[in-house]
Amino acid sequence: MMLKDKMKIVSTTYIAKDTIEMVLENSNITEYAVPGQFLHIQVGTHTLRRPISIADCNKQLNQIKILFKVNGEGTNKLASYQQGEYLDVIGPLGNGFTMDGETNSTVLLIGGGIGVPPLYYLGKTLKEKGINIVSVLGFQQKDHVFYEQQFQELGETLIVTDNGSYGYKGFVTDVLDQINEFDCYYSCGPIPMLKALTTKLKGKNGYISLEERMGCGVGACFACVLPTMDGTSYKKICKDGPVFQAEEVTL
Amino acid sequence: MNLAIELPGLSLKNPIMPASGCFGFGREYSEFYNLSKLGAVIMKAATGSERFGNPTPRVAETASGMLNAIGLQNPGVHKIIETEVPFLSQFDTNIIANIAGSTLREYEEVAYAFNEADKVHALELNISCPNVKEGGIQFGTDPSMAARVTEAVKKVSHLPVYVKLSPNVTDIVSMAKAVESAGADGLSMINTITGMQIHVPSRKPLIANKTGGLSGPAIKPVAIRMIYEVSQQVNIPIIGMGGIQSAVDVLEFLLAGASAVAIGTANFQNPFICSDIIDELPSVIEKYGFHSVQEVIGKGIVS
Repeated sequence: MMLKDKMKIVSTTYIAKDTIEMVLENSNITEYAVPGQFLHIQVGTHTLRRPISIADCNKQLNQIKILFKVNGEGTNKLASYQQGEYLDVIGPLGNGFTMDGETNSTVLLIGGGIGVPPLYYLGKTLKEKGINIVSVLGFQQKDHVFYEQQFQELGETLIVTDNGSYGYKGFVTDVLDQINEFDCYYSCGPIPMLKALTTKLKGKNGYISLEERMGCGVGACFACVLPTMDGTSYKKICKDGPVFQAEEVTL
Repeated sequence: MNLAIELPGLSLKNPIMPASGCFGFGREYSEFYNLSKLGAVIMKAATGSERFGNPTPRVAETASGMLNAIGLQNPGVHKIIETEVPFLSQFDTNIIANIAGSTLREYEEVAYAFNEADKVHALELNISCPNVKEGGIQFGTDPSMAARVTEAVKKVSHLPVYVKLSPNVTDIVSMAKAVESAGADGLSMINTITGMQIHVPSRKPLIANKTGGLSGPAIKPVAIRMIYEVSQQVNIPIIGMGGIQSAVDVLEFLLAGASAVAIGTANFQNPFICSDIIDELPSVIEKYGFHSVQEVIGKGIVS
């Protein structure tokens, strides 16, 4: 169910370097949102909307949290919106994470940078289903780290920074050996990270969430496609994804 | 208010249709509103066999517009006739099939295949796609080549043919006249303008194809100028397009000499844009002192 509606900005907060958490309110869109989906947000008069993943959803309060990093004109403009203003949003879009784990099974969440947010809503939802959560979160450096506390409330959480200024030094793939057995993994982050990760965890049951520059966001324009693993077909990230089985698509 | 327009092969209840490539085959947008509201739907380009298109990124935003280089990704003409035309034909609207090819032979094959699709009302001959290596634009920038492909398609097709012109030419009028002489039933203009954006942090073109087609409000003045020039020099109708975002923009295209319009990029920002414009059009036409769509056509041309 995709809708186009106005979402009221309840709050907007810098939670780390260049990183904003925004709480949006709208009963229609929150009603249908599941972990892994995204919102397609109109920013000022920009021609293209900005796809931003859902970081959390509170269906009682009709609120969705989004987190985004300011790194261009569009996100800069989005950061300038104030509490009380409204955003024009299409959503919730895409297919969410498959959540078929059994009670007491263990799930590993691996997030890189601004790929971390969708894993939070996922982890929260899985924990409510009685699933054990272990998280590995990678950031550039100390001042980019966010949601450490929130993930720790879900379960054991390892933080990794590129330069070692906080937590472990290196990449998320460097600390995977420290993780005990898990039944399934979910990951979102930059393509090089996902490539390294899916190679390292080859054969494991896993899901990855992908980003790409999008046009329509609803599956009509064919801007955000990628080939399937067997090379005979393609998937649209916005409509068939953004979540794919780890070995379903070619990165 | 009479919004209806009669064009070769097309009885349009209103002059509004989504542009090729910006609306897929209608499935996604049919989840937002009833496509029977539209004057017509122009389908995404069909080629002889399936095409996967270009590598990504395929789109980039620009000031007042966007660049795209999708590369004519489509499931191939036979699959389109088998699965997409039946889907669209459940709506009470006209279906226009956009056809593309790498060779003259491929254009003929695709055009011929649509003879079997009795729910398709007209062809839009795409000789202006800037994003494929062979074919497409090479037919669209040389008047004699454009005339040849038009003639060939007219010969094999039972359907009216609207030739979609490229703005990437020095003399748009000679292109229009060439395809008119070759038997075109109408024109569709304009396609995108070739452009490029360099991503400064990585020091390389942002779009994987390097160049892309510029669309959106940035190209509207170019479209208006070309339609204005061409409409005075040909006797076939024009479907106008290029950056339309509102009912007032539609009026501007009609004043320049277009008989109907297509809306492309604006669908991405507002999935309801075609529907919204159809709702607003009567009051806008009235506001500017006209009584029907037909009455507006060409009224902006000054001698």
